[in-house]
Amino acid sequence: MLKIDSKNVDFYYGSFHALKGINMEIEANTSVAFIGPSGCGKSTFLRLFNRMNDLIPGTRLEGTISIDARNIYDRSEKVDTLRKNVGMVFQKPNPFPKTIYENVAYGLRVNGITDSNYIEETVVKTIKQVALWDEVKDKLKESAFALSGGQQQRLCIARALAISPSILLMDEPTSALDPISTGKIEDLIHELKQEYTIVIVTHNMQQAARVSDKTGYFYLGELIEYDDTRKIFTNPEKESTQNYITGRFG
Amino acid sequence: MTPVQKLGNVDRKKRSSQQPAFGFFSFLSYLVVAILFVILGFIIIQGASVISWDFLTKAPTDGMTSGGIFPAIVGTLYLVLGSSLISFPIGVMSGIYMNEYATNGKIIQFIRVMTNNLSGVPSVVFGLFGMALFVNYLGWGDSIIAGSFTLALLSVPLVIRTTEEALKSIDDSFRHGSLALGATKLQTIWRVILPMTFPNIITGLILSVGRISGETAPILFTVAAYFLPQLPESIFDQCMALPYHLYVISTSGTDIEASRGMAYGTALVLIAIVLLMNLLANALRSYFAKKVKMN
Repeated sequence: MLKIDSKNVDFYYGSFHALKGINMEIEANTSVAFIGPSGCGKSTFLRLFNRMNDLIPGTRLEGTISIDARNIYDRSEKVDTLRKNVGMVFQKPNPFPKTIYENVAYGLRVNGITDSNYIEETVVKTIKQVALWDEVKDKLKESAFALSGGQQQRLCIARALAISPSILLMDEPTSALDPISTGKIEDLIHELKQEYTIVIVTHNMQQAARVSDKTGYFYLGELIEYDDTRKIFTNPEKESTQNYITGRFG
Repeated sequence: MTPVQKLGNVDRKKRSSQQPAFGFFSFLSYLVVAILFVILGFIIIQGASVISWDFLTKAPTDGMTSGGIFPAIVGTLYLVLGSSLISFPIGVMSGIYMNEYATNGKIIQFIRVMTNNLSGVPSVVFGLFGMALFVNYLGWGDSIIAGSFTLALLSVPLVIRTTEEALKSIDDSFRHGSLALGATKLQTIWRVILPMTFPNIITGLILSVGRISGETAPILFTVAAYFLPQLPESIFDQCMALPYHLYVISTSGTDIEASRGMAYGTALVLIAIVLLMNLLANALRSYFAKKVKMN
């Protein structure tokens, strides 16, 4: 089933042409990795899916991006409804200065859920889902800032999952983490792609190879190649892709 | 001489010019501290003998050469409270608008320049304007409400600036985290950003109160009474105020020599109020800073 459909997307920061004619289809319940050198547009493209680029003044989009066959940039689409459906995990763990419990409950509360039983069930369920339960079950009322970076990032994933999105965007989610925490998050991505469509931006080639079903290689604002991850990493069509993957530049 | 020795000599020369320079700089910075202590010491020595329970709780008597300054203390508190009730909501909300909502850079720039200009207007001009608008045109007369509005005009730019600075210090990652969960901007500000900035905003507000409590010119034509032993009964009454009382008994009292001690006592009370405000601001800041971290 087609989940995300990008058609002829051009994107500008002021006069800078950041994305050039991107066409991409992403199937539901798969995980897709975006790779490419810094400044190639992969994070910009990711942030179009939950309209985070709207927050940057002076940007402009041409073309259409549809999720579940609805153009998310249509005037009738509400951005907060979209973001409920499209969760996001950021590069640097960014828990709120609240308790662990309240961090996960936050998304439910701002979306109008007041049933405290439901909130508690969801908080427990999602913290278990990100394999953080054993580490935090006795300190749910303590500040999230007391957790390690890797724990904070898993908390942020739990926070995103609590409002039941169908898509999870991850913008270099492990770049600030140690190898052990990174491993835990990669295991988690494997679990999550059964239920969610996952799009992950990464600078780590091995990570892309490990967690994704399909990989898109971006260079200078263009989508150079988009195919099954196995094919991209063993037998890419384009020489540029080959060069980047083998570490000849980037 | 070998080159190395030459270099050594240059080093000594560099150092020998550095020491006197910084000695002089540090002397100047200690001088500034010393000036503060001299002023404080002078006021305390001159004024302390006047301070008594009666001085703080009784009205002036004998042509303001004896008695107390109670009506002026109460008047100043009323004015501070009144102007805060007006300037805090306006200033905080404007600050939030400018830092969180407004996306048009030119409009923000325009508002910022204008509020900066507003804070550059001499306070006596605010006094004149307040008299023209509130006292005469709106017909409130010399009154607490007219004085409060005039003082509020003076402090609004400061409150806006304080709020903006406090909001700016919050990293965007917190805003993005909240917005990405489908929260609206207002929810993000109310539930995440304001609780984090609260300590800084409160501190700034208290500091602005400290500044307002010492202003003389804006209340001169709008509220301050030369002598009014009874307390005001409504916001449309005049009242006495510490800075103006100090001015009166130092320059145009019935017997200036005889009120000298009273003047120093009044100055001491005024300084004490402002210093207490600053101490309170610092205490609250560190208290809330701890509390926010815990939550």
